[in-house]
Amino acid sequence: MSNKKTPLSTWTRRDVLKASAASTAIAGAPMFFSRHAYGADFLNAPTGDTVTLGFNVPQSGPYADEGADELRAFELAVEHLNGEGDGGMMNTLQPSALKGNGILGKKVAYVTGDTQTKSDAARASAKRMIEKDGVVMVSGGSSSGVAIAVQGLCQEAGVIFMAGLTHSNDTTGKDRKANGFRHFFNGYMSGAALGPVLEKAYGTDRRAYHLTADYTWGWTQEASVQASTEAIGWSTEQKVLTPVGAGDFSQYITPILNSEADTLILNHYGKDMINSLTQAVQFGLRDKQVNGKDFQIIVPLYSRLMAQGAGDNVKGIYGSTNWHWSLEDEGSKAFVKSFGAKFGNPPSQAAHTCYVQTLLYADAAERAGTFEPCQLGKALEGHKFDGMGNGPTEYRAEDHQCFKDVLVVKGKDNPSSQFDLLEIVEITPRAQVEYAHDHEMFAGGDLGSCNNGA
Amino acid sequence: MNKSGLSDWVLFFCFAAAVLTMPLWLAPFGANYPDLMQKFAIFGVFAIGFNILFGLTGYLSFGHAAFLGAGSYAAIWSYKALTMNVLPAIIFAVIVAGIFALLIGFVSLRRSGIYFSILTLAFAQMSYNLAYSVLTPITNGETGLQLTLSDPRVLDAMAGVAVTSSLPNPNIFGIKTSGLPGFYFCAVVLIIGFFIALRITRSPFGMMLKAIKSNQTRMAYTGFNTRPYLLWAFVISGMYAGLAGGLMAVTDPLAGAERMQWTASGEVVLMTILGGAGTLVGPVIGAALIKYFENIFSAFNKFELQQVFSFLPEGIQDVVVSVVSMFVGKGWHLTLGLIFMIVVIFLPGGIMEGVRRIARVFGLGKKKITEPASVANSQQGQVNG
Repeated sequence: MSNKKTPLSTWTRRDVLKASAASTAIAGAPMFFSRHAYGADFLNAPTGDTVTLGFNVPQSGPYADEGADELRAFELAVEHLNGEGDGGMMNTLQPSALKGNGILGKKVAYVTGDTQTKSDAARASAKRMIEKDGVVMVSGGSSSGVAIAVQGLCQEAGVIFMAGLTHSNDTTGKDRKANGFRHFFNGYMSGAALGPVLEKAYGTDRRAYHLTADYTWGWTQEASVQASTEAIGWSTEQKVLTPVGAGDFSQYITPILNSEADTLILNHYGKDMINSLTQAVQFGLRDKQVNGKDFQIIVPLYSRLMAQGAGDNVKGIYGSTNWHWSLEDEGSKAFVKSFGAKFGNPPSQAAHTCYVQTLLYADAAERAGTFEPCQLGKALEGHKFDGMGNGPTEYRAEDHQCFKDVLVVKGKDNPSSQFDLLEIVEITPRAQVEYAHDHEMFAGGDLGSCNNGA
Repeated sequence: MNKSGLSDWVLFFCFAAAVLTMPLWLAPFGANYPDLMQKFAIFGVFAIGFNILFGLTGYLSFGHAAFLGAGSYAAIWSYKALTMNVLPAIIFAVIVAGIFALLIGFVSLRRSGIYFSILTLAFAQMSYNLAYSVLTPITNGETGLQLTLSDPRVLDAMAGVAVTSSLPNPNIFGIKTSGLPGFYFCAVVLIIGFFIALRITRSPFGMMLKAIKSNQTRMAYTGFNTRPYLLWAFVISGMYAGLAGGLMAVTDPLAGAERMQWTASGEVVLMTILGGAGTLVGPVIGAALIKYFENIFSAFNKFELQQVFSFLPEGIQDVVVSVVSMFVGKGWHLTLGLIFMIVVIFLPGGIMEGVRRIARVFGLGKKKITEPASVANSQQGQVNG
C-alpha cells in the first residue's frame, strides 16, 4: 500500500529543488527592485500633489485623554494648512511663510496611529507610517518614554520628529537627536518657574515628599523640582517611584500620613495624576497639619484636562503649564476660537503644542523650500517666532528645545465654567527658566548628524 | 522516502515559499511593508516555539513573554558591549533565554495544569517588575534599553569600525538588517525554526511529548520519567522565545519592559489557539493574523472611513461610519475579540481546523498537509495495511 502513488509523491528531489530555486528568485526580486525605488534624494520625498504627515498619539492607556485632544489639534492644523476653516494661528504667526495652500503647494494628508503609551507599539506604529504610508514627519507624544523611543526611530529612519507633549529633560537632554524638535517645555523649566512662587506661598521651611512616575519623565522632573525646592531651603523627606498606569495609589499614600513631610509633590500626569490626587485628598492629606503647617500638595506639571478629571480636588493646588486657553494674546484667542468652534471645548496644552508643532514644521518647509529633513531642520534651528500663544519663542540650535515663558498656575477656587479650572498666577519670563545646553541635568546628549534616510 | 516524510518536505517547501514571497502576496492586504512582515516572521518564531510546549505537551505557559524580553535585553547588550553584528546578538539571546527557561522550568514543572500556568505567570510578572523598576541599570526601566553613541562595542572597536556621529545600525557583516533585508533575515530564521520544529514533532522525542499530552500518568506507569522531557520542551520553547526577542532587537535595536508583560504572554497563547494548537502552520497564521489586526485595523481613523463609505448618501454614511469606527481604530481589540470567540466556539481546533474542513468538502482531505490530519491518515494507513 505504501507503493501506491498519490499525485504528490511523484515529486522528485529534482522537482523540489527546482521549485525552491524558483520561489527564492521570485521572493528575492522585490528586494532588488525596491532597494533603489526611492530615486529621490531623501526618504519618502513626496512625488504626487499631496504630502503625508504621521500623528502618533496614545489612544488607549493612562494618557488617552491627552492623546484624543492632540489628535483634534492635528486635524485642525491640517485643515488650516490646507486653507480650510478660519486659519487659527496661521494668521498670528510672526514671521510666517505659510500660504494656506498646503505645504509647498502640496495638499496635506495625514495618517494616525495608537502608541498605547508603550515604546514597542509606538515604534511599530511609527514604522508603519514611515514604511507604508510614506510620511515625511512624525509628531505626537504624551509619554516622554514613548517620545524618546519614537524620536530615536525617526533619527534612524531619516524623517523629522516634531515632539508633541513630552516634558522629560532627556528628550532634548541626554537623548536629543538631530532629527527631533521639541516645542513643549520641560521638567527643569517647571522647577525653575515654580521655585520662587512656592517660596512666596509656602515659605522656606518645608519637607517635601515625592511620588514619582517611574520613567524618564518622572525621574527628571523629580530631580528638577527637588533641586529648585532645595534651593529655596526646603528639605526632601522621601522620594517614592510608582508604576505608570497603577490606578490605585493608596499603598503609596498611606506612608505619607505617617511621615514627617508637610508637602506632597506629585510627579504624575494624566489619569495617574487624577487618581493619585483624588486619593490623596480622600485620605485627608489636605486637612492635615504637620509641624504646625497646613499640608500642601503640588503638581509640577498641570493640565486643564487633568484638572477637569480631578474636579474639586485641584482647588488651590499649584503647578506649571506650557500654555492655557485663558491667555489673552492674539494667537491664543485665535486658536481657542477656532478649536472651540470645531470641537465645542477649549484646547488643552497638549493640543496647543501639537498644533503649533505642525504649523512650525510647515513654516520651516516653506522657508527651506523642501521637505528634505536636513535643510528643513536647519530652517528650524535658531528660528525665532512669535504669535503662537507663548510670546517670543526661540528654537535653540544646540539642543532643538524651544525657549519661551512658562506659566505658573493654581487650581481655581470658584470656577465659572467646567473649563475654567486654572488661574494663571505668574508668567515666568524666559530668562528665569533658561539653562545652558550642557547643564548637568541635560548633559551626556549629542544631537549627532542629521539623517535624511537616503 | 516514505509517504509522510515526503509530505513533510512538501509542507516545508510550501511554507518556505509562502514566507519568502510575502512581499508579493501581501500587497493586496496593504501589509507588504517591512516592519509588519518582520513582525509576522518574529511572532511566527515565537508562536512555533510556544506550540512545542503547549501544542505537543499540553502544558499551558502564561509566562513566555519573560523569555522574549530576556532575549531582547541580551541582544541589545551584545550590541552595546560587543558588536553591532546580529549573529552574536542572536546567539547570546537564545543562550540567555535558554538558561532563564531552565531555571523557571525547573521550578514550574513541579506542578502541572492550572498550577503550572499560574507559576509561569508569576515568574513572568516577577521578571517584568524586575526589568521595570529593580534592575533599571541593566534594563533602563520604562524608557527601554537603547543604544548610545558612547557604548564600548569592544569587538567593533577592535575590528576598527569607524565611530560616526550617528548611531550605528545592527548589521550582518555590513548589510543593514532594517527594512527589507531585515525581513529576509527574519524569514530565513523563521524557516529554519519551522524546520527544526517539524523535525522535533516527527522525532521520537516529539512522540514522547505527545504521549505526555494524551496521558502523563500512563507514561509514568510504563516506566518513563516525564520530567526531563517536559523540561527540555520548556527550554526549547523558551529558546525559541529568546530567538524571537533577539530578532526584535535585530530589526529595531530597542528593548522595553513591556515585552515581558503578561499581556504579551497572553498574546502568544491567543496566537497559538487562534491558528490551531498542535499544528505546525497554525501558530504562524495566528501570529500573522493578530499582528495584522494590531497594525492595520488600529490605524483606520474616521477620516479614512468617510472616504471608504463616501458612495453612501450623507445620513447613512454617518451612521455606517460611526458604527464601523467602533470596530477599527482603537476598537480593534473588539474585532479581534469577536473573531477569537467565533473561532473558539465554531472551530475549536483553530483556523487550521477550518482549513481542514474546507479541504474535506472539496475532497482533498487525504492530501491535506496539516499535521494532525496527516498523522491520522498515516495511522489509518497502518491499520488498513
